[in-house]
Amino acid sequence: MSVDRSGTPLLEMRDISIAFGGVRAVDHVTVDLWPGEVVGLLGHNGAGKSTLIKILSGAYKADSGEVLIDGKPVRIDNPRDARTHNIETIYQTLALADNLDAASNLFLGRELTTPLGLVDDARMEAETRRIMAKLNPNFRKFADPVKALSGGQRQSVAIARAVYFNARILIMDEPTAALGVHETAMVAELVKELKAQGLGIFLISHDIHDVMGLCDRVTVMKNGRLVGSERVEDVSEDDILSMIILGKNPRREAA
Amino acid sequence: MSDVGRLAGGTPERRGLADTLELDKRLFGMVAAFVLLCLGFWVWTGGTFLSPRNIFNIAVQTVAVGIMATGMVFVIVTRQIDLSVGALLAMCSATMAMTQAYVLPGVVGLDSPLIMPVTVVVGLVVGTAIGALHGWLIGYQGIPSFIVTLGGLFVWRNLNWYITNGQSVALTNERVLDFGGTEGVLGRGPSWVVGGLLALGLALALLGARRAKRRHGFAVKPAWAEGLLIAVIAGAVLGFVAVLNAYPIAATKLRRQFEARGEVMPEGFTAYHGLPVSVLLLIVVAAVMTVVARRTRFGRYIFATGGNPDAAELSGINTRWLTVKVFALMGFLCGLAALVSQARLQSHGNDIGTLDELRVIAAAVIGGTALAGGIGTIYGAILGALIMQSLQSGMGMVGVDTPFQNIVVGAVLVVAVWIDTIYRKRTGALK
Repeated sequence: MSVDRSGTPLLEMRDISIAFGGVRAVDHVTVDLWPGEVVGLLGHNGAGKSTLIKILSGAYKADSGEVLIDGKPVRIDNPRDARTHNIETIYQTLALADNLDAASNLFLGRELTTPLGLVDDARMEAETRRIMAKLNPNFRKFADPVKALSGGQRQSVAIARAVYFNARILIMDEPTAALGVHETAMVAELVKELKAQGLGIFLISHDIHDVMGLCDRVTVMKNGRLVGSERVEDVSEDDILSMIILGKNPRREAA
Repeated sequence: MSDVGRLAGGTPERRGLADTLELDKRLFGMVAAFVLLCLGFWVWTGGTFLSPRNIFNIAVQTVAVGIMATGMVFVIVTRQIDLSVGALLAMCSATMAMTQAYVLPGVVGLDSPLIMPVTVVVGLVVGTAIGALHGWLIGYQGIPSFIVTLGGLFVWRNLNWYITNGQSVALTNERVLDFGGTEGVLGRGPSWVVGGLLALGLALALLGARRAKRRHGFAVKPAWAEGLLIAVIAGAVLGFVAVLNAYPIAATKLRRQFEARGEVMPEGFTAYHGLPVSVLLLIVVAAVMTVVARRTRFGRYIFATGGNPDAAELSGINTRWLTVKVFALMGFLCGLAALVSQARLQSHGNDIGTLDELRVIAAAVIGGTALAGGIGTIYGAILGALIMQSLQSGMGMVGVDTPFQNIVVGAVLVVAVWIDTIYRKRTGALK
């Protein structure tokens, strides 16, 4: 599956910087994402990848730099802005409210309402059942708080949220960190399916095998700086490791 | 892939009556505890505990704490606390007392029909504004709610003192006093109408929820279970009204009322209290707050924020503004409770609402609100307030000394939470 990289990228983050106190968490980083492309974001803990992604999802505000979608600059000041631009995020911590059921979580912040403006729980549950039948047919616990769900079931709620609201840009922060083998395979299948539908996906992961298997490109960060973005077919696992650990881009060095 | 409708039908086998009725087990336990408590005192007092007169009194005495407890549920659910509600009640009461007794009579005259509405609006505005101030300090300035409201307790309690010079203010406006209980009652006929409408409304709400579930093909409980539930609820409402309707108004008081109108009371004339206006107010507050909690976005966001503040924030919920709204609502309800309290006591005393913050928090917590946030119900909080008031009233009737009454109430609070903790550990609801 090759990605068509002619025309305008789906998303560009240009020259993004953010500092917390004296620490430059993200330092003049530029990344892009094309439709139907999965880009793996790699780096040590504290490399700045989660921070970069949180700028895109509206959780943090960049000090400088710009975000372009379909070549047009957009403002993302808060999570609501990100959502209106069809950017959906699946967080490592599975940002779910444990005390609410699957439907309430799926629609959190975007509840379906009756003509009187009251939340329509029955309709939201019906919609949740509809989408879950596609994503995870084994999902049964619609009436329980998500606290009672397994890691994989919780993950499918988080993914259902992104899929239901027609994400164009999907950010997955360690989507398989809390999952078993079978559930990890399920998420991998889903990533491929979403990619085939033309979504652009940022995948943050520690697992290089994961990344080599699922991604079209890898983007490596170290100490807040961009080390490089390479197509997976152009680099070996060792190359990626040395980018992560040494912060050096072997292809650039060789050239 | 799989048929969603059929999938819903495949619920596991059911066990026990509470399961079939789909009752919250905690509610079931609380109602059972309350019934046992009532029966115990009924036997102990030789029947007077459940006399119409005493039930009327307990109902009236529960209102102020009950109203505030519904707001406290929202506060605690969002992982906050409000220690200032008693002081805030006093502050609202003080401004209302000064408004109706000193300010308004000079402006619009002593008997003006404007006195009551203006007084009520002043109290509610003061309460809401102070609550919003608390919420702003907590939500936008990041000061812990414990500190803001602990400070508020000192500030408002003593500002109340300052503006009334520490003196009691006698209240005479009859339309204000109508909110107190014994003075403002609906009488027999209207009470039946209200009770009937209430029972009908609850039945329709249950049937409506059932119809909505049906429409989407979800499992519903058996028709007989639904019928039984509706019958029990409607029976409880109408039974309550019947009891209050059986409480006669004292002949001397009736005679005074006739004399005030310049008439003579006919021989053998009787009248009954029926539903007090204040209890009706609590019912309305409970109904509105339940709808807010369960069926509005505001309520949904309150529970989501309590369950996981980060998730709520990332879902685009403005949790700071939500905090302001929750505390403003708490303040509004303090204003309402102040109206009921001062009308019941027929005066504003300097110590009005003292220790109410603890009663209100205890009512919410006994009612199943988790201090860790995210969990709580309106009906639970009102039931909690009712249980505490009944306990206090019953102990008073059987001659338990006041210090021991307070000791028992304190112990009950701890034991209730203890039992709840064990229950949640068993059911795995506690991590």
